[in-house]
Amino acid sequence: MAAFEPVLLRRLNRPECKTLTGYRADGGYRTLERALKEMSPDQVTTVVKDSGLRGRGGAGFPTGLKWTFLPKGHPGPIYLCVNCDESEPCTFNNRYLIECDPHQVLEGIILASYAIRATTAYFYVRYEYGSGTRTMQRAIDELYAAGMLGKNILGSEYSLDVVVHRGAAAYICGEETGLIESLEGKRAWPRIKPPFPAIEGAFRKPTIVNNPETLANVVNIVERGGEWFKSLGVPPDPKNPRDAGSFGSKLYCISGHVNKPGIVELPMGVTLRELLEVHGGGVWKGRKAKGAIPGGNSMGFCTEAEFDIPLDFNGPGKVGCLGLGTAAVTVFDETTSIVDVLHNLCRFFAHESCGQCTPCREGTAWMLKIVERIKRGQGRLEDLSILEEVADKIGIMPGTTICGLADGAGWPVKTAIRKFRDEFKTYLREGPGKGPSPGMRLQMAGGH
Amino acid sequence: MATVYVNDKAVDIGDERLNCVQAAERAGVTIPHYCWHAALSVVASCRMCLVEVGERKVDEKGEVSTVMQPKVVPGCQTPVKDGTVIRTADAKSKDAQQRTLESLLLNHPLDCPVCDKAGECLLQDYSFQFGKAESRMVDEKKTPPNKPDIGTHVGLFTDRCIMCSRCVRFTREVSGTAELHVVNRGTHAEIDVFEGHPLDNKLSLNVVDLCPVGALASKDFLYSQRVWNLKSANGVCGGCSTGCSTHVDSNKDIVYRLRPRFNPRAQGHFMCDEGRLGYHHVNDPARLRQYLVRGENGTRAVEWSEAAGVCREKLGAAASRDPGRVWIVFSPSMTVEEAWLLANYARQLSPFVKLAMGPVTVSGADDTYPKDRKGRPEAKVKFTIRAEKASNARGVRGVLAHFQKDRLDYQHFLQAARGGQVDACLISQGQSPAIYKPGVEEGDALASVGFVAVQEMFASSLTDRAHVVIPASAFSEVDGTLVNHAGLAQAKRASCAPWRGTRTDGQFYLELLERKGLVHAGNLRKEIAKVIPAFKPLESGDLGEYGVYCEKLKDPA
Repeated sequence: MAAFEPVLLRRLNRPECKTLTGYRADGGYRTLERALKEMSPDQVTTVVKDSGLRGRGGAGFPTGLKWTFLPKGHPGPIYLCVNCDESEPCTFNNRYLIECDPHQVLEGIILASYAIRATTAYFYVRYEYGSGTRTMQRAIDELYAAGMLGKNILGSEYSLDVVVHRGAAAYICGEETGLIESLEGKRAWPRIKPPFPAIEGAFRKPTIVNNPETLANVVNIVERGGEWFKSLGVPPDPKNPRDAGSFGSKLYCISGHVNKPGIVELPMGVTLRELLEVHGGGVWKGRKAKGAIPGGNSMGFCTEAEFDIPLDFNGPGKVGCLGLGTAAVTVFDETTSIVDVLHNLCRFFAHESCGQCTPCREGTAWMLKIVERIKRGQGRLEDLSILEEVADKIGIMPGTTICGLADGAGWPVKTAIRKFRDEFKTYLREGPGKGPSPGMRLQMAGGH
Repeated sequence: MATVYVNDKAVDIGDERLNCVQAAERAGVTIPHYCWHAALSVVASCRMCLVEVGERKVDEKGEVSTVMQPKVVPGCQTPVKDGTVIRTADAKSKDAQQRTLESLLLNHPLDCPVCDKAGECLLQDYSFQFGKAESRMVDEKKTPPNKPDIGTHVGLFTDRCIMCSRCVRFTREVSGTAELHVVNRGTHAEIDVFEGHPLDNKLSLNVVDLCPVGALASKDFLYSQRVWNLKSANGVCGGCSTGCSTHVDSNKDIVYRLRPRFNPRAQGHFMCDEGRLGYHHVNDPARLRQYLVRGENGTRAVEWSEAAGVCREKLGAAASRDPGRVWIVFSPSMTVEEAWLLANYARQLSPFVKLAMGPVTVSGADDTYPKDRKGRPEAKVKFTIRAEKASNARGVRGVLAHFQKDRLDYQHFLQAARGGQVDACLISQGQSPAIYKPGVEEGDALASVGFVAVQEMFASSLTDRAHVVIPASAFSEVDGTLVNHAGLAQAKRASCAPWRGTRTDGQFYLELLERKGLVHAGNLRKEIAKVIPAFKPLESGDLGEYGVYCEKLKDPA
């Protein structure tokens, strides 16, 4: 197989491209120029829609389709919110994008804003991304100085303002309506839907929320066409009429007990094993892998035996994980105690639950208490069934919460218990320190 | 016309826009809920009202099919339309309700034995109706510290809170003062205020009623009674001319608290703190409890019938000499029935006896809510505390207008008294001292009046000058009708007996009239409606829960 030539990351090690001149010298903003001159907003939307691009933020909703949900002929203003509140542990693909190639993201922002006729784009970035925020702000300032933001971009009729908004470090702000509430200066409590943001979002106006990686993809799709995009990745499963396919390339983050943690761009559908062995350099210290989290912590666990799943939008679901998520793979080796891993995850979700819906607020805290007790060696066998049951019944899927945080909190718990039940039982029987593992902590590459 | 099916029972909701909770209520089914409240915005966060919802369809062949949604939905947030099917008692919704209750009780201290709310607590009620008997949590509960100083009148038992956020939304949406907010995240979330800005607005105690559990407690009521010992009567607040519908909660003839009673015609769901706390004078030991007659040998306490006899004799004698120099003063807080009886007595004395309105307190301007961030009232008014502090000025005026053409008020009376044009008078001044307290000059004005009978709750400058002192009854002791600013006539029920040895005001007037029997508000209303056209709407004698409008008593626009 010929090595895949990175597209999104092609300027990764070329710091000169961080500046406007460098980026333009590399062919940047030509797509935007062409689109503004030759294409109508609806044409841009159609190109993106036809390319089959699905959102890279985690849920994988078709981007072009989302754009078409905006009310037709709305007098405005319409807003674009760029969701760079990348708080999923072990996920750092957007961080690379905004730190190494801010103009690619900005070109995508302007293209998308043009397509949805937005007059203001809010770049919502998590507080912890100080360097990325500064890089973005510098790039935006450059664009304003060059007349490529503000009134009449590149001499066209189209005007756009981009505003950087720094979050205050909360996982829930990555939920699109939580982000909007936070942007409005309120407590980031996700809103009840409907109305969806496309109908009533930021400041009660139609709003599209997109991930930076999605927007970076938009640039390449408009530049090279939907057919090129569709030539990459995995076509839809013909047996599943609801599958929209997993086209294009994806930034995979690899972290955990691997020799070469980092980020790699690959066409969708690479198997977890290939990602680990070829791109991650295999498990560290010559050990074997015990399992992995295929796509950000909220997606659940898969065991070593399940490493052959393709990492596309459907793959992880086949082995009982929630989905592809952010495609951030965290591998842990055979010496890691699953109790420790689960404890760490439960602590994260109990800490980050916004506290609005009862099942999530109380459920995540309860699960943490139980896992903590198990870890102390005071667990009971029935705790496993309580954990599994609580995890199964919280979330937007059973309908008991407003947003998906609870699903993400429940999934690791129930997959851990289902897939590593024997280890839990041994731990319950023998207590901490006596099991097969020394009780190591996961090293989180993108962690908090 | 829209038909909704609640647990397979069809209920017609007309063309109203309702959510599942409201529609189910029409069908007599309770969907448990905490965060939803009719007067507040929908947040759908407590997840107590989870139900199954579907749609019932009839195809061309007339076959009925029902398609249910795969997951449970919050009933408060789900609007119903024609053909909506709601299932509240099936396994799925029952399971969801049980789980939510289990979650809510995980960290709840279960200190019901010392909790004020016990007995009227929705956490207790729902746990009993929808919950599980046992908790599966064996770990320690969290015990956040209480915040007794969260408000001037309100304290917070933090550990009992279930984070329904009703109180927060109330201060944001109804009072507009926004003192309360949520701090911290997840299970550590708590209700709190900013330092130095306690919950201190004129509607603050409503959050205690809104709180479905015992987290927010009224400092006034705290630890004073178990609620199941309280007897509740429908009352009407006497604090201002809004005339909020209330529950008057008493035990053994002592009033312990007032609570707002929902009345869309009067005030809605809430009431102000001033009105709510305006009951303390009722239980005050300093209240007058004896009928006193001042003679040459000093003052002596007499039986109530004797006091009435003295009044009859003296007022009758004065009226036969010159009825134009006999004055009867009516309190603006007395009921329509009392005014009717007293006015009848005056006319029995003579058609020329002067009928004057008592003092009507007006303080400042109407105070409307919500306020904006700078404390200015907003255009859309949700609650009004009125400047006119008399609860029945329109009702009494309506009665007086029937008996006397001239409109005489308190100043006319005082002027006449000062000018030596009053031979005898009966002053009914049963207003709460918080609303009106007679000044020294009023007593002095009576110096030259030959006979003064004063009906008062507390000793005042008027009673000092009185030849007969008649203890007045409090709002909680009389049945009757009050007419508010909009001409809404509401019935209030007596919840307490008058002080031992005394009679209610109405009963005393009956004695003056030498009429037999007891005061029966319903019968008197019928009697009044027959005679006075303005009170025609009262003719059935029963005003219902919300009252009836007497259009003619409304202030001219």
